[in-house]
Amino acid sequence: MPTVAGLIALVFVISHLIPADPVALIAGDTASEEHKAAIRALYGFDKPVHVQLGNYYLQLLRGDLGKSLFTSRPVAEDLFARLPATIELTLAAMLLAVLVGIPFGVLSALRRNSAFDHAVRLVSVSGLAIASFWLGLMLQWLFAMQLGWTPLRGRIEGFPPPGATGLLSVDALLAGDLAAFGSALWHLALPTVTLGFPALATVVRFTRAGVLETMQSAAVQYQRSMGIPASVIVWKYILRGALTSTVTQIGLLFGILLGGAIVIETVFDWPGIGNYAFNAILQSDYNAVMGFTLYAGVVFIGVNLLVDLVHAVIDPREAR
Amino acid sequence: MSEAVRELPGGETLLAVQDLRVSFATEQGQARVLDGVNFDIGRGEVVGLVGESGCGKTTLARAILGVLPANAASIDAGSILFRGEPLLTLPVEYVADTIRGRRITFIPQDPFASFNPLFRVASQIDELMKWKSPRAEAGRRHGLWSLFARYPRARRAADRASVVDLLRKVQIPQPESAIAKLPHEFSGGQRQRLMIAMSLLPDPDLIIADEPTTALDVTIQAQILKLLRALVKERGISVLFTTHDMGTAHEICDRITVMYAGQEMETAPTAEFFARPAHPYTAKLLESLPRPGHEIQEIGGEIPALIDAPGGCRFHPRCDRASEVCARERPPARAVGHAHTVRCHHPLVALES
Amino acid sequence: MKAFIDLLRKLARDRSALLGLVIILALIVAAIFAPVLATHPDAAWEMNPVNRLLAPDATYWLGTDRMGADVFSRVLFGARITLVIAIIAVGASLLIGVPIGLLAGWYGNWPGDVLMRTSDIFLAVPQIVLAIAIAQTLGPSIENVILALSLTYWPWFTRLVYAETRALKNEVFIESSIALGVPPWRIIVLHVLPNVASPIIVRTSIGMGFTILTAAALGFLGLGAQPPTPEWGRMISESREFLPEAWWYVLSPGIAIFLVVLGFNLLGDGLRDILDPRIRRAKNV
Repeated sequence: MPTVAGLIALVFVISHLIPADPVALIAGDTASEEHKAAIRALYGFDKPVHVQLGNYYLQLLRGDLGKSLFTSRPVAEDLFARLPATIELTLAAMLLAVLVGIPFGVLSALRRNSAFDHAVRLVSVSGLAIASFWLGLMLQWLFAMQLGWTPLRGRIEGFPPPGATGLLSVDALLAGDLAAFGSALWHLALPTVTLGFPALATVVRFTRAGVLETMQSAAVQYQRSMGIPASVIVWKYILRGALTSTVTQIGLLFGILLGGAIVIETVFDWPGIGNYAFNAILQSDYNAVMGFTLYAGVVFIGVNLLVDLVHAVIDPREAR
Repeated sequence: MSEAVRELPGGETLLAVQDLRVSFATEQGQARVLDGVNFDIGRGEVVGLVGESGCGKTTLARAILGVLPANAASIDAGSILFRGEPLLTLPVEYVADTIRGRRITFIPQDPFASFNPLFRVASQIDELMKWKSPRAEAGRRHGLWSLFARYPRARRAADRASVVDLLRKVQIPQPESAIAKLPHEFSGGQRQRLMIAMSLLPDPDLIIADEPTTALDVTIQAQILKLLRALVKERGISVLFTTHDMGTAHEICDRITVMYAGQEMETAPTAEFFARPAHPYTAKLLESLPRPGHEIQEIGGEIPALIDAPGGCRFHPRCDRASEVCARERPPARAVGHAHTVRCHHPLVALES
Repeated sequence: MKAFIDLLRKLARDRSALLGLVIILALIVAAIFAPVLATHPDAAWEMNPVNRLLAPDATYWLGTDRMGADVFSRVLFGARITLVIAIIAVGASLLIGVPIGLLAGWYGNWPGDVLMRTSDIFLAVPQIVLAIAIAQTLGPSIENVILALSLTYWPWFTRLVYAETRALKNEVFIESSIALGVPPWRIIVLHVLPNVASPIIVRTSIGMGFTILTAAALGFLGLGAQPPTPEWGRMISESREFLPEAWWYVLSPGIAIFLVVLGFNLLGDGLRDILDPRIRRAKNV
C-alpha cells in the first residue's frame, strides 16, 4: 500500500513537477493565453504543491484518471474497455512460457551438457537478447506475409462472438462458435509467441538452475539411495522445488509481459491497453500516458502481492 | 535379547567387496578414491568402517548402493557380491528396483537435509512404502510409467499399521498424528529415529548407515546407537556403519575395518581392535583419542591428495615403521589373530603363521 | 591488477563468455571507427531519394533505406549511438544507485528504509513504462532517453549494494574497524566497496544488455532519436511500412541489436559464473 501511494506521488512528480510548463503540455502548444489560464485554474496549478498532490490523490480515489485529449473520454473508461484484449494476450503468453518452459527446463537439467541441453540453453540465451518488437516484425514477415499461414493483425476475422469475458477465444468457445474460436486462436498465435518468448527463456533458465540445484540436495540423494523410481523423484519431488522458485519469478515474468505488451500490441495492431498507450504517445495525449503508467504500476504491484501470497501457501516453510 | 538369524543364499557372507577401484574425474586429474578395497560383511553383523574424512568410506557406501555420480565417478575394477550376486554387472533397473531400498537400505548422515521440506513426513514414508514395502511386488513399473502407478488401497492399511508399529519401537510419541507433521517440526534426534524406522520398514538384509550420528548432539548419539543396535540384532539385519569417530564404532560395531586414503588397513573384532591394534595407523588413531591425564597425540603429516597418491601402502609417508618395500608394494591381507587381518609389511603384532 | 589478469584468464576458459567479449569488442571497434569502416560515411546522413529501398548489392551491402541512405553505414553509426546511450545510462544508474545503496545499507533504520522504499517504488513499474512516461514528458530526444533510462535503472544497483552492505556491516572485521574509530567513509570505500564490486560488475554487464533493448524499444516508439539520426530502434520502426519487400531494412538493425545484447548477456553470465562462488560450486558437481 505505501508503495502504491509512493507510485502515485512519483507519477505526480513526473507529470506535474518535471515539465517546465505542464499547462503547455496539457493544453497543447498552440493554445492561447486565456486557454492556458483556464487550464491552470482548472487543474489547480496555481495552488501550492502539497495541495496539488492532495487533490491528485483525491482525484485518483474517485477513479478519475483525467480525460484523454484525443478521444475526450475519461482515460479510465478507455483503459477499462481495452483491458480484456491485453489480458487475453498476457495470459496466453504466460501459459506458453510456463507450459513449455518448465518441461524444457527440467529436461535440460536432466540431460546436462548434452546436445539437447546446449540447444535449449542457446535458445534461452537468445530469447533474452532479441528485441521483441523486432521479433514480432520478423515473424509477421515470415508467417503472415511470406507463408500466409497466420493473419497479419487484429484479434479475429469477422464479428467477435458475444461474450462475458472479453477474451475472444474463451467467448467463442463458450458460445460454441468453433469458426470464431479458430480465428481467434490464429490471431493470437504470433503475438503470443512474440510476447511469450523472453518470458519462456526466463522460465527455462530458472527452472533449469532450480532443478540442477535440487538434484544435489540431500533429500534427493536419499530418495535415490532408497531406490525410489527416478521419474517419480524428478517429476514429483524435484519439480515441486523448481516450481516454488518459478512462482517467485512469475512476478518478474509479469513485468516482462506487461512491458512487452506495449510494443507487441503496436506491431500486431492488438487493441489492448498497450496499443492505447502507444497511440497516446504519438498524439502527445498526456493524460492518457500518465493514466496508463499509473495503471500499469498498480496492476504490477497487485500481481506481485498475489505472488507473495501464493508463495506463502505453496512453501509451507514460510508459514512458520 | 534374542538375536535372529537370517537364511541367506551365498552362505555366511552377505556382502563381499573385492578389489574395488573407483576414481573421480576432477579439474586437476583423476583422483583414485578407492584403491583396491577388500571388505566383507557377514550375516547379522554390524561392521564399522572407520577413517578420517576423505578416506573413501562414503564413496564405498555409495558404490555398494550403486548411486555414484555417473558423470564424475568411474568404477575401474573390482566386484561387489551381494547374496552371491554381482551388483556391478546386474542391470541398473533391477538393482534400483529390487536391491536398493529393499534388500539394502540407507541411513543418511544429515537427517536435517534428507527429508524433502515441502512434503509431510507421512507422505514421504508412504512414498517409500508404496514402492518398497515387503508387501509390494518387485520389478513391475519402469520409466515414466512409475508416475502413474497407484498405491493399492488394501495394502495401504496394512502398511500403515506396520509403519505406526515401527515408529513406536523407535520411540516417536503418538506416531499416527506425529507423521502428519512437516519435517522441520521434528528435532534432529527424532528425524534420525524416523530415518532408522524408514530403513527398517522394507525388511532389508543390509543397512548402510553413513555417519548417522555425526550431525547429532553428543548426548543423543548414544541413545540412537543403542536403539539401532537393538533393532537390527532383533531382526538379524547386517549393518555397514561408517564413521570417523572411534567412540561410536566401539559402541555399536561387532567388527571394525580401518580405511586410509582409499585403502583398507586392518580388520578386527571390536574388542580385539581396541586392545591389540596391529596396524601403525590404527595405533596412532587410538592414541589420538583424548584421554584423561594424557596429552593429545597428533598424527604428523597430512592426508594425501588422491590424484597423486603415494604408491604401495598409502600411509607410508607418515609411518614410523615404513621401509622401502612399503612404497613399492601394497601389503596383502594377513591374519594376526582370530578374524583379525592386517595389511602391513611391519605390523605391530606378530603374524600368525 | 593481478586479480584482473586472473579474471581474464578464467574468462578465457569459458567459451560463451569469450564470444560475448569478442562481440562487445567488435561493437566498440565499429562505434569508434564507424567513419572509416562505413562504405558510405556521408550517405548515412544525406538523403538520396533516387536510391531509395534498393536491395543489398555490391555497392550497398545491406541495401538502402527509405531515404536512399546506405543501411550498412547507418547500422555502423547506430552502434555509436547505442553504445553512448548504454554507457551513459548504465554509468549514471551506477553513480546514483551505488551510493544510495551504500548509505542505506550502512546507516540502516529509517533513512535506509526510506531510501529502499523509494527504490521499491521505481521498481514497482516495469522499466519501460516509467521510461515512456519520463521521455514523453520531456520530449523525444536521445538525451531524454538516456535520462529516462538512468532514472529507471538505478534501483537495481541500489538493492544489490544495500543487501551486501548490510550483511558486511555485521562482519567482525568491519565491527572492529568501527570500534577502532575508523571514519565510516573510509570503511565503506576501502572495505565494503571491494566486496560489492563483483555483483556490481555482473549487474553492469547484464544491465547494458537490458538498457540497449529498452532504448531500442523507446526508439521504436518514437521517443528517442529523431530522423535522420541512425538509431537502431527508430530504423526498425521506419522499416515497418516497407515490409514485406524491403526485408533488409528491418533485418539489419534487428540483428545488430540481437548480437550486441547477446554479447553483453554472455559476458555477464560468464562473469557471474566466475565471481559468484555459490554458482561455481554447483557447476562443478
